[in-house]
Amino acid sequence: MRIFRGEMTHLVFAALGGLVLLFIIAPLAGMFLSVTPGDLSESASDPEVSRSVRVTLFTSMGATLIMALGSVPLAWLLARKDFPLKQLINGIIDLPIVIPHSAAGIALLGVIARGTPMGRLAEKAGFEFVGGYAGIMAAMAFVSVPFLVNSARDGFAAVPRQLEKAALNLGASPVRVFFTISVPLAWRSILSGLILMWARGMSEFGAVLVVAYHPMITPVLIYERFGAFGLKYARPVSVLFVTICLLFFITLRVIAGRRRDAQS
Amino acid sequence: MLRVEGLSKSFGAFSMSDVSFEVSEGEYFVLLGPSGTGKTVLLETLAGMMEADDGRIILRGRDITRERVQKRGIGLVFQDQALFPHMTARANIAYGLHGRVAGKAAIQARVEQLAEEMEISHLLERMPGTLSGGEAQRVALARALGAEPDCLLLDEPLSSLDTGGRSRMRGLLRRLNRKKMTIIHVTHDYEEALSLASRVGIMEDGRIVQVDSPERIFRDPGSEFVARFIGIKNFFRGRIERRAVAGGGDPAAGGDIVAGRVTTAGAEPVFISEGIKLDVLTSLDAGDAVAVIRSEDIVVSIEPVSSSARNVIAGVIIDIVPVRGGVEILIDAGVELAAMVTPRSVERLGLEIGTKIYSSIKASAIRVLDG
Repeated sequence: MRIFRGEMTHLVFAALGGLVLLFIIAPLAGMFLSVTPGDLSESASDPEVSRSVRVTLFTSMGATLIMALGSVPLAWLLARKDFPLKQLINGIIDLPIVIPHSAAGIALLGVIARGTPMGRLAEKAGFEFVGGYAGIMAAMAFVSVPFLVNSARDGFAAVPRQLEKAALNLGASPVRVFFTISVPLAWRSILSGLILMWARGMSEFGAVLVVAYHPMITPVLIYERFGAFGLKYARPVSVLFVTICLLFFITLRVIAGRRRDAQS
Repeated sequence: MLRVEGLSKSFGAFSMSDVSFEVSEGEYFVLLGPSGTGKTVLLETLAGMMEADDGRIILRGRDITRERVQKRGIGLVFQDQALFPHMTARANIAYGLHGRVAGKAAIQARVEQLAEEMEISHLLERMPGTLSGGEAQRVALARALGAEPDCLLLDEPLSSLDTGGRSRMRGLLRRLNRKKMTIIHVTHDYEEALSLASRVGIMEDGRIVQVDSPERIFRDPGSEFVARFIGIKNFFRGRIERRAVAGGGDPAAGGDIVAGRVTTAGAEPVFISEGIKLDVLTSLDAGDAVAVIRSEDIVVSIEPVSSSARNVIAGVIIDIVPVRGGVEILIDAGVELAAMVTPRSVERLGLEIGTKIYSSIKASAIRVLDG
C-alpha cells in the first residue's frame, strides 16, 4: 500500500511537471509549426533581418566580453575576500534581475544620454551611446551582467583556497596565481556565466528599445513587424532568431561540456 | 636559522599562544602532537598564509613575520599535497621555477633533475588525479624544492601513505636532510618523530610544551601529557646487525641473552644498543635503527623461564610506580626497562626495589624503526 501511495505521489508530480514543460514547449512548437519553409527562407534572405541578427549577435558578444574584464576580477574578490558591505554589493549585483527592463533603459539614459558626462566623453571619442551600438551594448550589459558575476563567483568559491596558497608559496605573484590557478580552475563556471550573459543579452528587448531603437536588433525588429504588419509577419523572424539562439546556445554548451570532460 | 619568538594566533575557538622555538641550519625538527593542537596553524603562520597576531619569525636573521607569502623563502608541502589538478606533474614542478630559472630548456632540465631525485621521472606526464598518495607526495615535494626554499615545512607527509610508501618517503626525506635541507615536519605519529627527528617539539593545545632530542623526550617526558601522548618508555637508539646463525647461540651476540635460541639458516637480525642486545624480527637491513618496546609487552619473572620469548634479560628492580591501569616496574638491566604489571603480580611475586628479576621480551613485540 505504501509503495502504491509513493508511486501515486510521483505520478501526480510528473503530471504537474509535465504541464509546466508543455507550457514552455507548446507555444514554441506552435510557432515553429505555423511557419512554412518558404516564409523562413524569405525571411532569411531579407537584408533587414540578417543585418539585425548580425547586430544582435555581435553587440551581445561585445557587451559580454567588455563586461568580463571587470566582472571576473569582481567575482574573485566576492568569492575570496571579506570586506565591509560585501552583502550589499552582492545584492546590488542582482538588482538588474529584479527591476523592469524598460526602467533599466530609462535609468541608463540618465547617465549615457548626450548631455551627460559619459555622453560627452563618448562624443569626444567619436561615438554615441543613444541610438548606437555602444548604447545597445550598455543596455544588454546592464541587464545581463548579474549572470556572469554570480556564475564566476560560485566558480571561484569552489576552487580550493589551498591551491592558491600553494601557488603563492611557490613564489608566484598574486596576478600569476589568478591567471594560472584561479581562472583555469573556475573556467567551467566562468564560461557558463559568459554563455548565459551572452544569451541573456541577445534576448534583451526592453532596455535596448529605450536606449537605441536603431540600429535595430532582432527582438526590436520582431516587435516592429508585429506592430506594423501583425502576427503572420512577426512569426518567421521569430522562428529564425530563436533557431539561431538555440544553435549558438547548444553549440557553446557542448563545447563547455567537452572542456569539463578534459578537465576531470 | 629559523627562530620563532612568542608566536600567537587565534581565530574562533582555536588559539595558538606564545610558541617559541629555534631550528638550526640543516636540522630535522619534528613537531609532534595530537590532531587539533594547532600544528597546521603553526605551519601556515610560518609560511605566511595566516597572519600572526603576535610574535616574530626570524629566518636567517631576516624578520619575515609580515613578509608576503611569495617572498618568504619557506616552502610548505600540504598534507593533501595541493597539486594543481589541471596541470601535469611536470607543469606542477615547473610552476615554482618560473622566474627563478631562465629559459624553457633550463626549466625542463631542472624539472628532470628534481624528478630524478624524487624518483618520479616516469610520472612527469601524468595528471595529479591519477597519482597514488605516495606519488603525489613525491611530486609535491619536488615542486616545493623547485622554489628553492631556505626551509621546508612538511604537514603530515607520511599520513596518506601505505607502509611501503612510508619507508620510501622516509628515505627520501632523510636523504634531503643529509643534503643540508632544514626541515620542519609536523606529525601526530611518534614513530615518525622517532625515526626522522634530530629534535622534537611536543605541541599541546596550541603551545609547545617540550623541545628536546627524541631520546631525551622519550626517556624523560617533561609532563604527564607528553608521557601519556608518547605512551612508550622503552625506546633505544642503536643499530641492527645481521649475523649468520648456525646451530646454536652466537655467544658474541647474546651476552645478556640467557634463553636458548631456535636456529634457522640465514642472517638473523640483532638489535644492539649500549647496554643491551635484543633478538628482533625485522626486514630492515643492517644499519642505524630504533627499538621500541611497550611496557605491557615485557613479562617479568623471578626465575629465568624457558618460553618462546627470545630475549630474557636479567636485572634489578629500581622503582615500583603505581600508574593508571597497573604498576610500572623500572628495571636496571644494563639499560632502564619499564614493565607494566598488575598490582596482584607485584604481591604474588613479592616484587620490591632491589629484587633480582628476569624480563622476557618476544622478538615480535619489539618494534624496530629505521633510524
